[in-house]
Amino acid sequence: MTKESKNTVDSHGWVSTLFRRRETSLVLLIAVLTGLTDALNPRFLSPQSLKDLMLNVSIIALLVLGQTVIILMRQIDLSISSIVGITAFLSGDLFVSHPGIPGIGVVLIAVLAGFLLGTVNAALIAWGKIPALITTLGTLYIFRGANYAWVHGRQINATNVPGSFLAIGTSTFAGVPILTWIVLVLLILFSIGLRQYRAGREYYAIGSNPNAAILAGINVSRRVATGFILSGAIAGLAGALWLARFGTVDATAAEGIELTVITSTVVGGVAITGGVGTVFGAVLGALLLSVFSSTLVFLRVPSFWQQAFQGAMLLVAIAADAYLAYRYALRSRVRWSHV
Amino acid sequence: MESRMSENQSNTRRLARRVSWETLLAFLVLIAIAGGTFLNKDFLTAENWSNLLANFVEIALMALPLSLIVITSEIDLSVASMLGLSSSLLGLLWEYKLAMPLGIVICLLVGALCGTLNGFLIVRFRLPSLAVTIGTLALFRGFAYILLGDKAVADFPPEYAEFGIGNILYTFLPWPFLLFIVLALIFWVLLHHTTVGRSIYAIGGNQTAARFSGINIDRLKMLLFIASGIISALAGIVFTFRFSSSRADNGTGFELSAIAAVFLGGVTVQGGKGTITGVVLSLLLIGIINNVLTLADVASEVLRIVTGSLLIISILLPNLIASTHERLRLIQRQREIAKLGTASVTK
Amino acid sequence: MSDTPTIELVDIYKSFGSTRVLEGVGLPLFRGEVHSLMGENGAGKSTLVKIMAGLHLPDKGAVRIGGQQVLFRSTAQAQQAGVSVIYQEPTLFRDLSVAENVFMHRQPKTSYGWIDYAEMNRVVSEHLRQLGVSLRPEDPVLGLSIADQQIVEIIKALTFDAKVLIMDEPTAALSLEEVKRLFQVVERLRAKGVAIMFVSHRLEEVFAISQRITVMRDGRVVGSGPMKEWTTEEVIRKMVGRSLEALYPKEKVEPGKVVLRVRGLRRAGVFRDISFEVRQGEIVGLAGLVGAGRSEVARAIFGIDPLDNGEVFIGERTLAKHTPQAAMAAGIGLVPEDRQQQGLVMEMAVVRNATLTVLHNVQRLGLVSKEKEREIAARWTQRMQLKGHIDEPANILSGGNQQKVVLAKWLATQPKLLIVDEPTRGVDVGAKSEVHRTLSQLAKDGLAIIMISSDLPEIMGMADRVLVMHEGKLTAELSRSEATEEAIMYAATGQVSSQGERKSKLPVTDNHDKGI
Repeated sequence: MTKESKNTVDSHGWVSTLFRRRETSLVLLIAVLTGLTDALNPRFLSPQSLKDLMLNVSIIALLVLGQTVIILMRQIDLSISSIVGITAFLSGDLFVSHPGIPGIGVVLIAVLAGFLLGTVNAALIAWGKIPALITTLGTLYIFRGANYAWVHGRQINATNVPGSFLAIGTSTFAGVPILTWIVLVLLILFSIGLRQYRAGREYYAIGSNPNAAILAGINVSRRVATGFILSGAIAGLAGALWLARFGTVDATAAEGIELTVITSTVVGGVAITGGVGTVFGAVLGALLLSVFSSTLVFLRVPSFWQQAFQGAMLLVAIAADAYLAYRYALRSRVRWSHV
Repeated sequence: MESRMSENQSNTRRLARRVSWETLLAFLVLIAIAGGTFLNKDFLTAENWSNLLANFVEIALMALPLSLIVITSEIDLSVASMLGLSSSLLGLLWEYKLAMPLGIVICLLVGALCGTLNGFLIVRFRLPSLAVTIGTLALFRGFAYILLGDKAVADFPPEYAEFGIGNILYTFLPWPFLLFIVLALIFWVLLHHTTVGRSIYAIGGNQTAARFSGINIDRLKMLLFIASGIISALAGIVFTFRFSSSRADNGTGFELSAIAAVFLGGVTVQGGKGTITGVVLSLLLIGIINNVLTLADVASEVLRIVTGSLLIISILLPNLIASTHERLRLIQRQREIAKLGTASVTK
Repeated sequence: MSDTPTIELVDIYKSFGSTRVLEGVGLPLFRGEVHSLMGENGAGKSTLVKIMAGLHLPDKGAVRIGGQQVLFRSTAQAQQAGVSVIYQEPTLFRDLSVAENVFMHRQPKTSYGWIDYAEMNRVVSEHLRQLGVSLRPEDPVLGLSIADQQIVEIIKALTFDAKVLIMDEPTAALSLEEVKRLFQVVERLRAKGVAIMFVSHRLEEVFAISQRITVMRDGRVVGSGPMKEWTTEEVIRKMVGRSLEALYPKEKVEPGKVVLRVRGLRRAGVFRDISFEVRQGEIVGLAGLVGAGRSEVARAIFGIDPLDNGEVFIGERTLAKHTPQAAMAAGIGLVPEDRQQQGLVMEMAVVRNATLTVLHNVQRLGLVSKEKEREIAARWTQRMQLKGHIDEPANILSGGNQQKVVLAKWLATQPKLLIVDEPTRGVDVGAKSEVHRTLSQLAKDGLAIIMISSDLPEIMGMADRVLVMHEGKLTAELSRSEATEEAIMYAATGQVSSQGERKSKLPVTDNHDKGI
C-alpha cells in the first residue's frame, strides 16, 4: 500500500508536468515555427502580418471554445460551420432589410439564432438519443441546405454593412484587433466556467466516465444539451463576426471550417475520448494551426496543401493522445504491487 | 441505467419483429413511385429511370462496404474523400498519358492503400474510427487538391465516357448500375451466406464475445476498411467517366448520403443489425425522392435537407417509439406504487 | 434501536429478460447496525444493492425509508434520501483528481460562487489522514491501484453524511491492513447511527463486523437474524443449502497424459510465477478471492491477454503465438466468467451463437450451410440438455440455459482442454447440477478441465486437485482430500503458514453485543 502510494505520488509530479507539457509544447512549437519562418522571410513578423494572423485565428478560436466543451463530453459538433454560415448571412440580411439597425442588435439576433439551431441539435441528441456524430452530420447539411434555399443566390457585400460594424472586424485596440479582444475575454470566461463552476466540472465528468456521471447524480442529458446549445450560440456570435471580418457573405460562407475547428481543438490537447483538456490549450491549438498555414503561405507552398496537412495533424494528435492514454492504462493495470 | 437502456432496446426489437423494416421500406418505395408518377408525367419514363439509377450509383457503391462497417459498430466518414482522390488521380494519370486500364488499376490500388491507412490506425492503434476517418476525410481530400489543385481534366476517351453515361443495350439500365447490381449481390452473399458475414454480425452484436470465440476481429475490420477504400475508388472512377470530369472536389459531401442510406436501410447505430436488402431499398427510396425533387427543379444543395432529415428520422423514429413505451411502463409502475402505498396505510 | 428500519425492502421481485434474479426478497436495515448480506455468486445480492441505489426499478415490491414508500428512479433520488453506495467496481472519473471525484456534482462553493478547491482538498485530506492513506487530494485517479480507487469510493460515501451506507464487496481488492482500517471507519459510522449493509464473501470479516446476517440463495432470503443466532457452519449450510454429494457428482477418473503445462506465467501487476499442469480426465479447481488473478490467468492461457513471461505447452508442443486463434487450434476452449458480456451475442439466435467457434465447419463450397449449422448446434445443445429452441435469440433464455449454450459452443470445438470460469454463477439449481454432470462426464471421456470458481463447495465437490491463488500468486496446491474449506480459505487469504488454528487479525468490536 505504502509502496503503491509512493508510486502515485511520484507519478503525480510526472503527470502534472505532462499536462503542462501539452500547453508548453504547443507554445514552443508555435515559437519555433514563427522563428523559422521569420528567419526565411522577415516579413512574417511584420505588424501587418501579425495582425492578419490574429484576425485569421480569432473566429476559429471562438468556435474552438464551443467545440472544447463538446469534445470534453466525448461528443462532436460538425454542424457549427453551417450555423456560422446561416447567422453570417442573417446578420448581413438584417442590415439590408432594416437599415439603421444597431450593430449590437444584429449580434444579439445572430447569437439567438445560433442558440436556436444549437437547441435543435441538443434536442435530437439529448432527448432523441441520436448519436451526436449522426445528428450534427445531418444538421450540417440540413442547415446548409436551408441556407442555400433562403439565400437563393444572393450575396451580402461590404457596401451593405455599416462601416462601424465592419470596424469590429478590422480595427484594433491597444495594437490588438477588437476581434481578438472578444476572443480573449470569452476565453477567460470559458476558462473560469470550466474550472470554477460545478457545471463546468460536469462536462469533464461526463466525458471521463458517463456511467459514473449518472451515479454521481448528474443529469447527463441536460448537461449534454446545454453544451450543444452553447456551441450553437457561440457559432451564432462567430457568424455575426464573420460578416464583420469579411464583409462579403454568400451561401457558401464558412463551408468546411468545422474540420479546422475540430483539428485545432484536438491538437490543442482536448482528447477525442473526452474528459481531458482545457480551452486555453485548444485555443493554442488554433493558433498553431493558423501559424502553420501562414508559414505554408510564406514558404510559397500551394494553398492546396493546407487541407492535407490539417488532416495529418488531426491524425497525429489523436494518435498521440491514444498513446498517452495507453501508457497510463499500463500503470492502472497494476493490481498487486509486488507482482 | 444499463438495464433501462437494454429494456429500451428490447422494446425496439419487439417492435422491429412486428413490422420488418424492409417491408416498411418496400412500402415507402412504392408510395414514392406512386407519388412521383402522380406529381410529374416525366417520372415514369425510361429516360428518367436511367438518370435516376445512374445518379445514385456512386453513393450506392460506397454504401455497400459501409453497411458492413457500420454493422461491426465502426464508421467510415472518409468514403467521399477517397472518391475524390481516386477521381483526381485518374485525371492526372490520364493527363500524363498513362494507359487508361493501368490508370484504373492504380486508382484502385491507391483506394486500397487509403483503406489500409484507415484500418491500420483503427485496428492497430485502437483509435476510434469516427475520429480517424474525420482526419482522413480531410487528408484524402487534401491529397486530391495537392494532385489537381483547382484544375479539371475533361478530355477522357469516348469509349470510357460511354461506359459512364450509356445504357446497357436495349434497356434503360445504365452500365454503372450493372456494376452496382453485381457488387450488391456479392455483398449480399458475403453478409448473409458466408462465415465472414456471421463474424460481422457477431462483432457488431458483442465484440468481446466475438473475441472470446476466436474470431480475428482485427483482420476482419482491416479487410472491411480496405474494401471500403477500393470500392470508394471504384465509385470515383465511375463518377469521373459519368461526368467526363476529374476534379479535386468531386463527390464532396457524398458521405452524408451514403451514411443516410445505411441507417435508413435498418442498420442500427449500436451495430449488429441490418441487411443488404434494406440498404438497397433505402438507396432506391433516397434516389427516387431526390429524382422527384430534381424534376421539380429543387437545387441540389437544398436536396441535402431531405437527405439529412432522412438520416436523422431513421434513427429518431425507433428511439421515440421505444422511449414512449418506456414512459408508459414507468407511469404504470408509479400507479402500482401509489396503490401499494394506500394499501399499506389502510393496513 | 428503534423498531422502524431506516430502510426496508419489502417483497422485491426483479427479472432480466426471462431470468428471475430476485423473488420476494425482504430486508430491513436498522440504524446503528451493520447488516451483512451473504450468498454465493449469482444469489442476487448485487441486484438488490442496485435497487437500493436507484439503478434498477423492482418489477414488484417496495422500498421504504423510515416507513415511507419511495420509488428511486435515479441514483440522485437515492442519494437525496440518504442512501450511499460503494460498488464492487470503482466508478470513478479517471481524468479528475481524487478530491473532485469525491465531490462531483456537490462541490463546496466560496462566498462568490466559485468551487472551493481549498475546502474540498482539506476535507478529503482529512479523510485520507483518518484512513491512514498516503494519497493526496490533488492526485489524478488515473494510475491509482484498484485498492486506492476503492479508498476514494469510501471517502465519497463518507462525505455524504449518509443515513444508509451500502458496501458491495468493498474488501475484495483490499489487503488485510486496508480492511482493518476500513472496519475502523465502519465502526465509527455505526456508532454515529448509520444503517450499514455489508455484502461480502469473507466469513471472517462478516463475523467480525456484523450485528445481523441475512443469507440469500437463488434470489430468495433463506435465513436472517441477529448475529448471535449464527455460526460459520450455519451460514455456509444456508448459502449452499444442500448436501455436497448430491450436487457435485464428480466421477473418479484415473488421470492420463499431461495435456496442459504452463511454466512461469507472468503478467506485470496482475500475476506471476504461475506454473502447473493438467492431465487428461482431470478437473483442476482454481480457487481464490475475487480479484486474485484467476480469470486473468485463464485469459492469458487462452491468448486474450498478452503474457509478459512464461510458456504454455499443449501436450509436448509449446504454444508459439498467444492468440485465441492459436489456442483454439491447439485444442483449448474457454468458457468465460461473464456469459452475457463475453460468452454470447445476446441478440443472436442460439444456432448462430453455438456455431460461432466452429465457423469453418459450417461451410459448404465456401458458403454457410444452414443444415450443417443447425446440425452442429443441435448436437451440442442437446448434449447440454438445453431447454429452449435454437432459433430463438440467446437473451430470452434463462441464465442456466444461456450457460449451456456457451458450454455447447465450446464443446463443438471438441477441445482437449476446457477452461471453465465460474461455470454456474447465477444458474438455478437444476441447471447447475446438469452443468456439473456434463463436466464430470466430459472428464471421464478424457477431457482436461480447469475449473475456476468462487463457490467453494463447488470446487471441493468437483475438483480432483485444487490450486489456490492469492494476490496474483499460487499459494497452495491441494489434493481432493486436503481441500477443505478452511485450507482453501487460508491459502486464498494469504495465510498459508497458520495450520488450522484460526487467528482473527480483524478488530472484533467490543460493543458487538449491545447493537443487537
